[in-house]
Amino acid sequence: MSRVLVGVKRVIDYAVKIRVKPDHSGVVTDGVKHSMNPFCEIAVEEAVKLKEKKFIKEVVAVSCGPTQVTETIRTALAMGCDRGIHVEVSGKDYEAMGPLQIAKIFAALAKKEEASLVILGKQAIDDDCNQTGQMTAALLDWPQGTFASEVTIDGEKVKVVREIDGGLETIKISMPAVLTADLRLNTPRYATLPNIMKAKKKKIANMKPADLGVDMVSRVEVLRVDEPPTRLAGVKVETVDDLVAKLKANGTI
Amino acid sequence: TSREKAASIKLMTDQQKEFQELARKFSREEIVPVAAAYDRSGEYPFPIIKRAWELGLMNSHIPEDCGGMGLGIFDSCLITEELAYGCTGVQTAIEANSLGQMPVIIAGNDFQKKKYLGRMTEEPLMCAYGVTEPGAGSDVAGLKTRAEKKGDEYVVNGQKMWITNGGKANWYFLLARTDADPKCPTSKAFTGFIVDADSPGILVGRKELNMGQRCSDTRGITFEDVRIPKENVLIGEGAGFKIAMGAFDKTRPPVAAGATGLAQRALDEATGYALERKTFGKLIAEHQAVSFLLAEMAMKVELARMGWQRSAWEVDNGRRNTYYASIAKAFAGDIANQVASDAVQVFGGNGFNSEYPVEKLMRDAKIYQIYEGTAQIQRLIISREHFGRFKK
Repeated sequence: MSRVLVGVKRVIDYAVKIRVKPDHSGVVTDGVKHSMNPFCEIAVEEAVKLKEKKFIKEVVAVSCGPTQVTETIRTALAMGCDRGIHVEVSGKDYEAMGPLQIAKIFAALAKKEEASLVILGKQAIDDDCNQTGQMTAALLDWPQGTFASEVTIDGEKVKVVREIDGGLETIKISMPAVLTADLRLNTPRYATLPNIMKAKKKKIANMKPADLGVDMVSRVEVLRVDEPPTRLAGVKVETVDDLVAKLKANGTI
Repeated sequence: TSREKAASIKLMTDQQKEFQELARKFSREEIVPVAAAYDRSGEYPFPIIKRAWELGLMNSHIPEDCGGMGLGIFDSCLITEELAYGCTGVQTAIEANSLGQMPVIIAGNDFQKKKYLGRMTEEPLMCAYGVTEPGAGSDVAGLKTRAEKKGDEYVVNGQKMWITNGGKANWYFLLARTDADPKCPTSKAFTGFIVDADSPGILVGRKELNMGQRCSDTRGITFEDVRIPKENVLIGEGAGFKIAMGAFDKTRPPVAAGATGLAQRALDEATGYALERKTFGKLIAEHQAVSFLLAEMAMKVELARMGWQRSAWEVDNGRRNTYYASIAKAFAGDIANQVASDAVQVFGGNGFNSEYPVEKLMRDAKIYQIYEGTAQIQRLIISREHFGRFKK
């Protein structure tokens, strides 16, 4: 009974202009458009494809957060996941939630659901941590195939082509395993209208981190959030000699 | 409390929001980038239509027992507005399917529905609504296309004009005169038929070159001794006029939604430009002449939206919505033209130029005051409905 867990994170939509809160404690999220993390979309697509190719039987979409994350789970269901799990986290716990807490939750769920694969996006576009997949694998003591741009199931093993700094690296790992999706792994499908309607009938189970024996205490404290410095205007020069003189004057050359 | 209750009433269900999101994403990512090219070439946007069909964005009214989704008018208007934002030429080609199908949906028997609506959900086929003639547009009573009963068939002769999807349709809804007596009342003289497009005797005219919505396929169609089996008559002889008009109560709200989508696009483009272009030392958006223009454009777009929403909601709740549908269509058509023209104005010289997106919107907008009942016909309907209500 081959089952895949896919993590989907609700983040501020990629097209939104981010603004820092006046108290510098974080960014403004109230009333701001949110959607599924793009790398999570790619993860969902890969899982659904594996199911369509009959390598796996069931895809379970998981999200951690307050009630609003159920919208994100619904989108995953509309893309083809079979059922969802909403791990309720809200308030201060939600604000402090980071890769370690999520990894603990996924590790617990992977064991509970007897998953053969956990597929996550390589990172979220809000915190850019790129840690959750790796931590989940470590907590489970499972092999990991991160930055995947191609995934092939071969019996009890998975062949993963990884995007690395020098190019592409191909590895073969045993299942159960954790994979993280990179940009070029696939092009996520639209949720078609009929599938959006069908998704309403699919089940989303609710649970709390405590139900999984996970403590949500964060070891990280955010001290301050600032915008990047505003880009200063440049200086126009008339001739190449002027340019050289200016570069010498400010110590660049 | 009633305040809490009011706050909890949502304008849209979560599912409707998802539909709108899907249509919006599709429109922005797949229609917007290619709209200008289709406008220039006039080529029928079949690849986009096929994609929209695959995503379930078309044929939303087809009942579930024919393989459709049986969605209400509100849901389909939500989708239509988003598609129109991308390109009203594409959206009109798609909307013509709804118009052609509506007589069958409201008046077809099980056999007709399964045969002609069922096939639309099995492959991406187009259909068309064939009522208008070269000599009769607003004056439907003046139709001359003749259908004569001969045994188990009707033989049709005549000409239709300005038929959207005319050259691409798999079948047509056809309105023809079955009673030759000129004294016969309009309510009994016409019959509605479903006609297979490959019937012998149908001559499809050339693709007309129009001012706007240029990728939409509009043609004259000639019927020369075309034989239609009696099984393809909707309801019965003489019932045609009522069916043809009845379809409009359900298709005018989406047309209004389409015009609203175009107006929203014009407003967005103009606003973006106003926040970039500078004159006399500041952004043109900071000059009141421009900001007031944009404010009025925004007023019109929001009210047009509320117009289609009301008319769609009325019919979805089982009420006769003729008054609201006419108001929605008339208003949205008028403001789409105003807003598109104002958008060109905000762009200044650039707006007149084909490298910028707004001149296309102005050309595309005009037809909204003409098809699906002219602006003048809508006013006739509204005044008649208005007096009817007043006298009650």
